[in-house]
Amino acid sequence: MKIFVCLKEVPSRDTRYEVSPQGDWIKEADLSFEINECDEYALEEALKLQEKFGGEVILLTVGSERAEKSMRKGLAMGADRGILIEDPNRQLISPLAIASVMAETLKKEQYDLILAGTQSDDYGYAQTGVMLAELLGLPHATIVMEVAADPQGAKVTALREMESGWFQRVQMPMPAVLTIQAGISHIRFTSLKGIMAAKRKEIRKVRLEETGVDVSALPALEVSRLYLPDTGKKAEMLQGDPETVVAQLVDKLRKEARVI
Amino acid sequence: MAEKIYVLIDHANNRPRNSSLEALAMGQKMASETGMEIHGLILGADLGSVTEQLSRYELASIIVVENPSLREYNPDMYVHALAEILASDRPNLFLLAHTYQAIDLAPRLAARLRTALITDCIGYKTGDGSISFVRQMFRSKLNADVTVKSNHPWLVSLQAGAASADTLRPGNAPTVARPIDLSAVASRRQTIETIEATKGKVDLTRAEIIVGVGRGIKKQDNLPILQELADALGAEIGASRPVVDNEWLGRERQIGSSGQTVTPKLYVACGISGAIQHIVGMKNSGCIVAINSDPNAPIFNVANYGIVGDVLEVVPALTKKIKQERAT
Repeated sequence: MKIFVCLKEVPSRDTRYEVSPQGDWIKEADLSFEINECDEYALEEALKLQEKFGGEVILLTVGSERAEKSMRKGLAMGADRGILIEDPNRQLISPLAIASVMAETLKKEQYDLILAGTQSDDYGYAQTGVMLAELLGLPHATIVMEVAADPQGAKVTALREMESGWFQRVQMPMPAVLTIQAGISHIRFTSLKGIMAAKRKEIRKVRLEETGVDVSALPALEVSRLYLPDTGKKAEMLQGDPETVVAQLVDKLRKEARVI
Repeated sequence: MAEKIYVLIDHANNRPRNSSLEALAMGQKMASETGMEIHGLILGADLGSVTEQLSRYELASIIVVENPSLREYNPDMYVHALAEILASDRPNLFLLAHTYQAIDLAPRLAARLRTALITDCIGYKTGDGSISFVRQMFRSKLNADVTVKSNHPWLVSLQAGAASADTLRPGNAPTVARPIDLSAVASRRQTIETIEATKGKVDLTRAEIIVGVGRGIKKQDNLPILQELADALGAEIGASRPVVDNEWLGRERQIGSSGQTVTPKLYVACGISGAIQHIVGMKNSGCIVAINSDPNAPIFNVANYGIVGDVLEVVPALTKKIKQERAT
């Protein structure tokens, strides 16, 4: 089986964000970056399928040069090679633009499955994978918790998460696009051997112009302002050392809230 | 021709879903502020009862698309039907609730129409003749105003709670049947089964007090510290998704959009940052206490009382204090 995994690089999970002076983006300078959480699970699923059926796992990333580091991590986990669609000036923001350049790149490739994360941890639009399926004319399933492939029958079965503890098992012909949910398995550790091997694996760079996509002709979503949420319903913050704050809290829970 | 807002109404068991009624309420508000017409749009089979319930709201019309192929949700059928209607009617806005179904459906529809989709919005702002949509980014830690450059219709999905269904204006909406031919559309995705995962589950919905456990407890070995607090309070233990994914606690204790929705009189969130998927499952608790080391954690926006500090220090102190109080 030949599997493409869409991999995005995002700020690390525990980042404390600051807004840039222009007020429309975060201060990126001092942040560390990592593979988007759902995407890492998508890669893990792809590697498990490869262990079972053989074949090739290829990373597909849209990003700046910086993203190469996250791709190397993916290669160290076991992916065979990568394709980086270069977007040095952060032109590709809208999901449809990102899906379009990915689709044009994939039209030159062969594959049985495309796995993507359900949602990114930066924009969080939860759109790109499904749009990619539409642009390539493939069936899709979202919020996938389990994947079972049948390469002989050219079918794939996916367990989809639904609301309130319900799940749905669906089946579709391959090739197909699945968007993977975070937390569905255990991410493998990268071995030293894997890290060393990753250095020699190919990351092919594709310039945006090469994809032939006219991004300016596509619908665009633009962030005009980014800010800390002010819900107007902020908690009353209790101050002091642990003994002091818990004494205040217990007093308030008894006398104000009357819940204990 | 008047400018229009279409609102997709999802339904189950012959009733409109509450999340769709919230989207309808948001649509009514936008319509009255902009002078646009608002129409409800409903897909399915045997829709008489749902349509009748919707006709009691103030809407320009309810567009009813009945077809046996639309009885259950299926992406190929639903995208085809909606794309055909939106391409011919060209409303300015198409609103829907940001549900698991919307995540499956809306991006495919937007890509087919080559139009913009703004997902998971919590509100909108108008000014200077333009509109921007407010949505959370960076794991709910920041808010963004998003502007759109695209032809119409713009597709907008709304987070649960973005508007209240209680504010829906009553009226008497006419029904318009909209026949659609889906005989040439092949459904590629088959549903094999629908399963409820949490068998033998813990019913957290009846708990009066819940101690919610998040990733901030750092490791499973620290669970007894939280259990002691729960015992002192007579509380049940609940969990955020990462805790369940790490298998520190079973999925039957998960609270949030993919777990249980709880409304205890007291919810103590310990080391839970407050991703929206968790918040929707506990925000209607009577009193919410949040203990977290990050002062900007979104959990503090829904809490009544907040403590910035290390869960592993604050919780033992709290347990001790409560035991003292209970002893007197």
